[in-house]
Amino acid sequence: MTLANVRAGRRRQAGVLPGFRLSMAITLTWLSVIVLIPLAALAIRPWELGLDGVWRTLTDERVVAAFRLSFGAAAVAAAADAVLGLIVAWAIVRYRFPGRRLLDALVDLPFALPTAVAGIALTAIYAPDGPLGALLAHVGVKTAYSPLGVVIALTFIGLPFVVRAVQPVLEEVDREVEEAARTLGASDYQRIVRVVLPAILPAILAGVGLAFARAVGEYGSVIFIAGNLPMVSEIAPLLIVIKLEQYNYAGAAAVGLGMLVISFAILLVLNLLQTWLTRRSRG
Amino acid sequence: MSLIVNSVSKAFGRYPALADVSLEARQGEFLALLGPSGSGKTTLLRILAGLEAPDGGAVTFGGEDLLALSARERRVGMVFQHYALFRHMTVARNIAFGLSVRPRATRPSKAEIGRRVGDLLRLVQLEDLETRYPSQLSGGQRQRVALARALAIEPRMLLLDEPFGALDAKVRRDLRRWLRRVHDETGVTTVFVTHDQEEALDLADRVAILKDGRLVQIGEPQAVYNAPADAFIYDFLGGAVRLRGHVAAGVLAIGDWRTPTPDDAPQGGVDAFFRQDQAVINGVEGEGFLAAVKGMAQRGPAIRLDLEALGEPLELLLAAGEVPDFARPGGTVRIAPRQLRLFAAA
Amino acid sequence: MSGSSKIHLPGWAPLIVLLAIAGMVALVVLPLAMVFIQALGNGVDGFLEPFSEPDTWSAIKLTLIVAGISVPLNAVFGLAAAWAVTRFQFAGKSLLMALIDLPFSISPVISGLVWVLLFGAQGFFGPALDAMGVKIIFTVTGLVLATVLITLPFVARELIPLMQEQGADEEAAAMTLGAGGWTTFFRVTLPNVKWALLYGVLLCNARAMGEFGAVSVVSGHIRGLTNTLPLHVEILYNEYDFVGAFAVATLLAGLGLLTLLAKSFLEWRFAGEIAATRRH
Repeated sequence: MTLANVRAGRRRQAGVLPGFRLSMAITLTWLSVIVLIPLAALAIRPWELGLDGVWRTLTDERVVAAFRLSFGAAAVAAAADAVLGLIVAWAIVRYRFPGRRLLDALVDLPFALPTAVAGIALTAIYAPDGPLGALLAHVGVKTAYSPLGVVIALTFIGLPFVVRAVQPVLEEVDREVEEAARTLGASDYQRIVRVVLPAILPAILAGVGLAFARAVGEYGSVIFIAGNLPMVSEIAPLLIVIKLEQYNYAGAAAVGLGMLVISFAILLVLNLLQTWLTRRSRG
Repeated sequence: MSLIVNSVSKAFGRYPALADVSLEARQGEFLALLGPSGSGKTTLLRILAGLEAPDGGAVTFGGEDLLALSARERRVGMVFQHYALFRHMTVARNIAFGLSVRPRATRPSKAEIGRRVGDLLRLVQLEDLETRYPSQLSGGQRQRVALARALAIEPRMLLLDEPFGALDAKVRRDLRRWLRRVHDETGVTTVFVTHDQEEALDLADRVAILKDGRLVQIGEPQAVYNAPADAFIYDFLGGAVRLRGHVAAGVLAIGDWRTPTPDDAPQGGVDAFFRQDQAVINGVEGEGFLAAVKGMAQRGPAIRLDLEALGEPLELLLAAGEVPDFARPGGTVRIAPRQLRLFAAA
Repeated sequence: MSGSSKIHLPGWAPLIVLLAIAGMVALVVLPLAMVFIQALGNGVDGFLEPFSEPDTWSAIKLTLIVAGISVPLNAVFGLAAAWAVTRFQFAGKSLLMALIDLPFSISPVISGLVWVLLFGAQGFFGPALDAMGVKIIFTVTGLVLATVLITLPFVARELIPLMQEQGADEEAAAMTLGAGGWTTFFRVTLPNVKWALLYGVLLCNARAMGEFGAVSVVSGHIRGLTNTLPLHVEILYNEYDFVGAFAVATLLAGLGLLTLLAKSFLEWRFAGEIAATRRH
């Protein structure tokens, strides 16, 4: 937004409600100081390494491994969230069972529980001597201190995004589309595949996008369970912390910028896909 | 102390909402702004209230420049289309709001405000509802609270935006008479916006008709109704029957019917209008244009006749006594309009 | 929703409900329970032990201070942004709204990193500030900046959809009745959005007190000085004082539960007065 635009807005609004200048000033100042200037620092800092240096930082095998883990685990976790989130939303919206309201409220727990707490709790559960970790270790699956542990933590973090995105749409479908389909003589399975799923697909995608975005950058719930082995279970945000501790600001900024650019690109694609799906299901 | 709107214009982006509108409302007058949606009538009302600033023109009240004042300073009572009652305040506190926000020096005492609120509640006949919240009221009651709230500041002018728009037909008719009574009691200059021509003609001292942001006619209801300035207004005021005709050498031809026209009538192709209830039904040998009777139904105290003339459907509303026995579905009649108005065909 | 419009999958309903419950228990409920189980692993005395240490109390105090500064700042910002966005038309509005949401899609670590890049020892302004004797990184100021960035959207996001829905008519009515801008704001706008504001503040506060990644980067982990509760949990955990870590974590878990409870209550009691997207 340019200042000229703001002035034009002001002129058009003259004489109506007061406070445009003040509220806009607070909003723009705060956004600039808290978001824009700091992010500008992130965008500028890496280039003191030169294009070459940035490229070398980002293609360093440890960085590549960390990126692969962060984006890969986030994608797997988001997919798991899509499945589990759909099941949970479906159960809450469609069925009446004891504890339904409690389940509904608990969905938001990953939002409300501080990530460090979630991190140590998940570690205690999935560690080789934890209740579920021991069970899984018995069948030869190592969860904590492996990429699988990272996926579990990220699935935990992302679950509410999918449930809360799907829930209202599913309720809507219930009321409108479905009765119509029933009067037209569609069977239950036909209705799910032809009516319900297409209608909630954009919502699932939106939820998955949010869960993915959150998972890529997640730190607190992951570092305890990951084990943080370089090349194996080291996530990209941890690499930033490590580089900072070595006072390698430019390197840390390069990794941060790389993360942002890649995740925005992925989110943009998801967004376009979602818009396309929504338009198709409406048209 | 009259309201004078002089050459006011307003555009939203590239869309002109008002173009060079001038009109006057006299002291104590009840003026209707009538027009279809998008005609600019609500924009004009919001400009009077100070909620919108015009791009050009002047608005004065009793000689004072209203545009120089903010909405807050104008002391203009506004009743919004959806009432805009303060949802978290009781009826009494809604009405008291305008008094209680005055600067301390001019603010009436608590007791005085209470007394004024009581008076207004009596005026709008809501004495027992003062502790209710807006969500607990019916549409008609909300409307009356909104009016009382606007009157509380002793406005020099009252503005009503589609005051009956959100109400059902019966409540609307009752409130309409009641509003007129309140206006006559208080004597406040009132401007109201409506798209309902019947409401405007019924209620207002004068009616200003807007179309596409322009003022097309202003006058007393009867004058406007009887002498619409153009085909659009004639049609818009309702109950209009339109026929295609042709004028040549002082004679109007509609189908096989010929009738003399006054000297100032337009020549060539014309749109001939008459009101649904202003026609005589004759036998096929009599005077008038030929029409086939398609159907017939009781509508209120009147009879609705569905006819077809010159290949087009038309509808008449006549008193039972005006419909002769031979006008039965399947039959053919001649229709002689009592008064025709001719406009050059568009 | 009428019962007859439900899908009848023979035998599927119990399966889906069971799957949902099992998934939620394994992924969500169990971790929560684990916090309390582990905290009480050495009995009540073991649970209480970390609370006898001054470091724990200074972490509690610091957490309250950081949230106490960040949340009001972002509440004021949220109100201003919601007023600007919902009460006026201007070019670039959707860009502005995207910017408000931006912190949600940035990694907490990056939200800490940017402040180090600006004010760290080798940051853009670090040396200059150092020369003036001003320190930001590894101080409370740094913690507040990181927390403010992380929690910036919470209040605005709750207010904008609600104020959009309510429209500006009531404010316009107040103006025509002679009320000034601030009177209108305090007597009309604020009462209309107070529950949504509380809702946003609640979520904002939960995140501010529980934030780990961003503050971890700017804190320097100085015990008793720049250690917030989540950071203190990490320190105890890394020192293999598991019971102590979980005991301190119960405070944060309790905060989370309290937030959930209050949130559910607001959604149930004031459904009409918070944003439509929150009404389940």
